[in-house]
Amino acid sequence: MEKRFIYADNAATTAVSEEVLEAMLPYFRTGYGNASSIYKLGRDAQKAVETSREKVAKALGADPREIYFTSCGSESDNWAIKGTAELMAKKGKKHIVTSVFEHHAVLHTTEYLEKHGFEVTYVPVSDKGLIDPQDVKNAIREDTALVTIMYANNEIGTIQPIEEIAAICHEKGVLFHTDAVQAVGHVDIDVHRQGIDMLSLSGHKIHAQKGIGALYVRKGLILPNLIHGGGQERGKRAGTENVPAIVGLGVAIESATKNIAEKAAVITPRRNRLIDGILKLPYTRLNGDRDKRLPGNLNISIEGIEGESLLLMLDMNGICASSGSACTSGSLDPSHVLLSLGLEHAVAHGSMRLSIEEDVTDEDVDYILEVVPKVVERLRAMSPVWEKMMKGQKYE
Amino acid sequence: MQYSEKVLDHFSNPRNVGEIEDADGVGEIGNAKCGDIMKMYLKIDGSIITDAKFKTFGCGAAVATSSMATELIKGKSIDDALKLTNQAVVEALDGLPPVKIHCSVLAEQAVRCALSDYYTRQGIDPVPIVGEIKEPEE
Repeated sequence: MEKRFIYADNAATTAVSEEVLEAMLPYFRTGYGNASSIYKLGRDAQKAVETSREKVAKALGADPREIYFTSCGSESDNWAIKGTAELMAKKGKKHIVTSVFEHHAVLHTTEYLEKHGFEVTYVPVSDKGLIDPQDVKNAIREDTALVTIMYANNEIGTIQPIEEIAAICHEKGVLFHTDAVQAVGHVDIDVHRQGIDMLSLSGHKIHAQKGIGALYVRKGLILPNLIHGGGQERGKRAGTENVPAIVGLGVAIESATKNIAEKAAVITPRRNRLIDGILKLPYTRLNGDRDKRLPGNLNISIEGIEGESLLLMLDMNGICASSGSACTSGSLDPSHVLLSLGLEHAVAHGSMRLSIEEDVTDEDVDYILEVVPKVVERLRAMSPVWEKMMKGQKYE
Repeated sequence: MQYSEKVLDHFSNPRNVGEIEDADGVGEIGNAKCGDIMKMYLKIDGSIITDAKFKTFGCGAAVATSSMATELIKGKSIDDALKLTNQAVVEALDGLPPVKIHCSVLAEQAVRCALSDYYTRQGIDPVPIVGEIKEPEE
């Protein structure tokens, strides 16, 4: 078996596409003007920013005036949540509803707000990784300022019932934000039709560069600034526009959203073949609902082994993957997402996420399905946990 | 900080993996909750550790430190093995990322745990010789 290089970690980041890079290049050396400058070089930069804003708006079913460029998905989340909190606190609303398995950009922000007088309800998720809109409804109180629920989970790829949750929020008169960093470009989003008040997105997950994101804020909702300074982004987000990155994001999102169904038709069967192939190994389980998940995502727990070891061995075989193991996060706890599904610690430690796109071919799938069982066998052979499992004993 | 070449070498080609059927001392340390478990087998002849093998469930550093620890005590006297520190394991591996230092502590404790078992089997109270075995904190 010839060694291949397979990038199967697109949920972590993606390569800047050729098309995006081409679009960006002129804005480094020739079109480098400050978009706030009065002369043509500046006006051209401003035009490029506005063209990109239109593209982002179109991709989301929004109005260009509802799009603000930020530095990343985390900034967008911070702005939406802290901004709404500040805004609604003035009306005496100091309660936030979110879920237990949000990205840390959301969870650490709500934890920060808890230290500053806010109360937060963390709704649970099912063992399939889905949020029950009824739980959100029950969590909403008179003083609820915001509901923030992710569109698709970053680890297990499960797609949440966003429209239903948004409808509940509207019925209750509560603002609704969604972290859609993993969803944009993979599922159809129409913020107006779906009743989304705020939506965060990130460029580097959809083949733009790292360090660019956007926040959609529904017309009529005026968030206090997170970043103060100059008058950029209509005074709502200071900082000289990162013109090349903004241009890149526009091209990337246009490209990522134009053929979602076609991409899914290619990726899903390959993803399913990977799931079925790996699940043939004994003592494995798929994390997250099989159908209500992003087309390219699979997350599987493999008992008896530890995730980081698995990733290192996959890497030695040219496969880039990711894990919910504690060791990859620098803490001793395994992924909060996997624990939220009810997985035991030892099982959560031994999990693997693959996130593929169209460039992962059928031959690549064959290769992964050849490598993974070998690596698992090798690690299980040296695992005292596996030894005990095979003797019918259990590990605490 | 990333893994050194030596850590990656000991991870991808671990030395002394496996079990010793008729081991004179077996020690196991760690728990699945924190994600690292090491099991160490020792064959002891007189005062010399003639063979050492291990099985490990854990990250790359856990495998590499287990492998290195067995290398460092094989052929050595029990006294020398008792002097093995986690720092010595770390140095032999050309360093470990700060978050992985606990793996080297686990390897040191696994050796002591196996020696403790050896003395217990001999009918000797291990505590005065080996000391208390420190279980990792959760």
